[in-house]
Amino acid sequence: MHIPDGYLSPATCAALYASSAPFWYVSLRRLKRLLTTKLIPLLSVFAAFSFVVMMFNLPLPGGTTGHAVGVSIASIVLGPWASILAISIALFIQAVFFGDGGITAFGANCFNMAVAGSLVAYFTYRAVSGKCTIVSRRRVIAAGVAGYLSINVAALLTAIELGIQPMLFRDASGAPLYAPYPLRIAIPAMMAGHLTVAGLAELILSAGLVAWLQRSHPSLLSATAPGAAAADDEVGGFGWLALRPLLVGLAALMLITPLGILAVGTAWGEWSPRDLADRTARQQIAAASANQALPAGVPQGLVRLSSIWTAPFPSYAPPFLRSSSFGYFLSAAFGSGLILVAALVVDWVFAARRRSP
Amino acid sequence: MSANRVIEGSIHSLLRVLEHTLESEELARRDGLLQSLDPRVKLLGFLSLIVAAAASRRLEVIGAVFALATVLAIRSRVPLRTLMIRVWAGAFAFTGLIAVPALFLTPGRPVGRLPVLGWALTAQGLRGASYLISRVETTATLSMLLVLCTPWTHVLKALRVLRVPIVLVVILGMTYRYILLMIGTAEEMFESRRSRTVGKLEAKEARRLAVATAGVLLSKTMQLSADVYLAMQSRGFSGEVYVLDEFEMRRRDWSWLAVFFALGAAAMWMGH
Repeated sequence: MHIPDGYLSPATCAALYASSAPFWYVSLRRLKRLLTTKLIPLLSVFAAFSFVVMMFNLPLPGGTTGHAVGVSIASIVLGPWASILAISIALFIQAVFFGDGGITAFGANCFNMAVAGSLVAYFTYRAVSGKCTIVSRRRVIAAGVAGYLSINVAALLTAIELGIQPMLFRDASGAPLYAPYPLRIAIPAMMAGHLTVAGLAELILSAGLVAWLQRSHPSLLSATAPGAAAADDEVGGFGWLALRPLLVGLAALMLITPLGILAVGTAWGEWSPRDLADRTARQQIAAASANQALPAGVPQGLVRLSSIWTAPFPSYAPPFLRSSSFGYFLSAAFGSGLILVAALVVDWVFAARRRSP
Repeated sequence: MSANRVIEGSIHSLLRVLEHTLESEELARRDGLLQSLDPRVKLLGFLSLIVAAAASRRLEVIGAVFALATVLAIRSRVPLRTLMIRVWAGAFAFTGLIAVPALFLTPGRPVGRLPVLGWALTAQGLRGASYLISRVETTATLSMLLVLCTPWTHVLKALRVLRVPIVLVVILGMTYRYILLMIGTAEEMFESRRSRTVGKLEAKEARRLAVATAGVLLSKTMQLSADVYLAMQSRGFSGEVYVLDEFEMRRRDWSWLAVFFALGAAAMWMGH
């Protein structure tokens, strides 16, 4: 993911230096104020740790090995601002001294991994871990999710930066001057490796280190866990307050569910007997199925089995509603509500079991 | 999963860094053209050449900057074999692998076909791949030459000329020192584990080993940070940072700075 020199145009490099600069400035200002004289040794030593840990060979499921960036563990232990600087410093030494990543592309690499990676890792970790105890298993899961997401967001940004090059920079003959692949190739090519190998390496390092710190040095996790519940509170579940960020996200997703109406055609393989009987719908199904010939009539088995259960909200729209947008929203609210109620019942049953002697 | 793969792989990566460091320090002490110049001249001069190579829209201009970098390497007594191993081969293998599909995927005028598969090789694809490979080789050679011919501490102090805050220069210097220390520590941990490991480890156990080593290193990091802080305080550190400015520009340095800028400007003008 370390972009070398020559893959990005000078204009893109300048824009990404300019994008990273405010984050470096704010980080340095905040840390100077918070850490005063401790800033220099803490950042120096932690940047050195990040550099060294990038060289560890991590065994991954499937028999392969991978290297992690260590951005999420830096965010979890130090917080996002110190992580931005520590990872930037490690990237600078990698680029200048070891030629891993370019000098002109340093701003881009820092923006992707140090800035975006640290912020995504920190906010994901805080949102998923909530106010659970320092030694809660949920923090291990939160660290794993944060590591996986942060590295994939960084990879996506890298792919976008590489993918826009041939759109913007070509010579007179039309040959690409820098990275040659458009977005439709750059994004899948970059994400294939990161959604699997690199993402897993980051997940394993982050989750594994947080689990290790919980056993050996839990105090190192307290800087990014303000208001963490005392260990005893864990027995009664994690509480609604800790779930607030997730509930806000869920509500936002419910509000945008009517976007589903914008999709044209039917979902492949989810055809009803009515679709298979309709001439226009049959043409759409055949076109979406590489023009495979459909059966002449509606299959009898499909007719028989589809009549066994009639959904209360068919096609996400209760029959008594005229507005399909409101129907979508109501369906999302009803479905999410059912899942939350089921989760509460399960939580209540398990909490009652734990309390019983 | 063999434990050897985790331990040996990590030890190999760590030792390679130490090897590169020792080699760079040895080259930076040699009596050559670039070694004799002020670090600020090299930093500014090479930056101008890197930007010129990155901005050029003509392959001949990029090739000329590459030739200039090679001549500078020879005049600075940097063995071409070192450049070949550390820069050219690696950059060619990595970027070449990325550039090969572009030969066929870039739309344009067909100039040939791949035997058996019949894929069309386009002129635009060929030119795009040439841009990418030549640019990467040239810029990587220039940035590696800067480090091979300049002690690391001098490179960092030279950053002041680019208005990098002095506190960051000090942090970079300390980071470099602690990287070497931690590489030694991590390598010793892996070595000690290797001497105690018989047979093969399960994948889960190998993962636990790698993560536990990283965890111990993290704990040592935090401990080291506290120790360094106390040591700095014991020497009277109050937050103010001072760096000795031992560089002095001579007439020869000014001349070479002018040459680098002139070549960079010419490459920019001709490559546009």
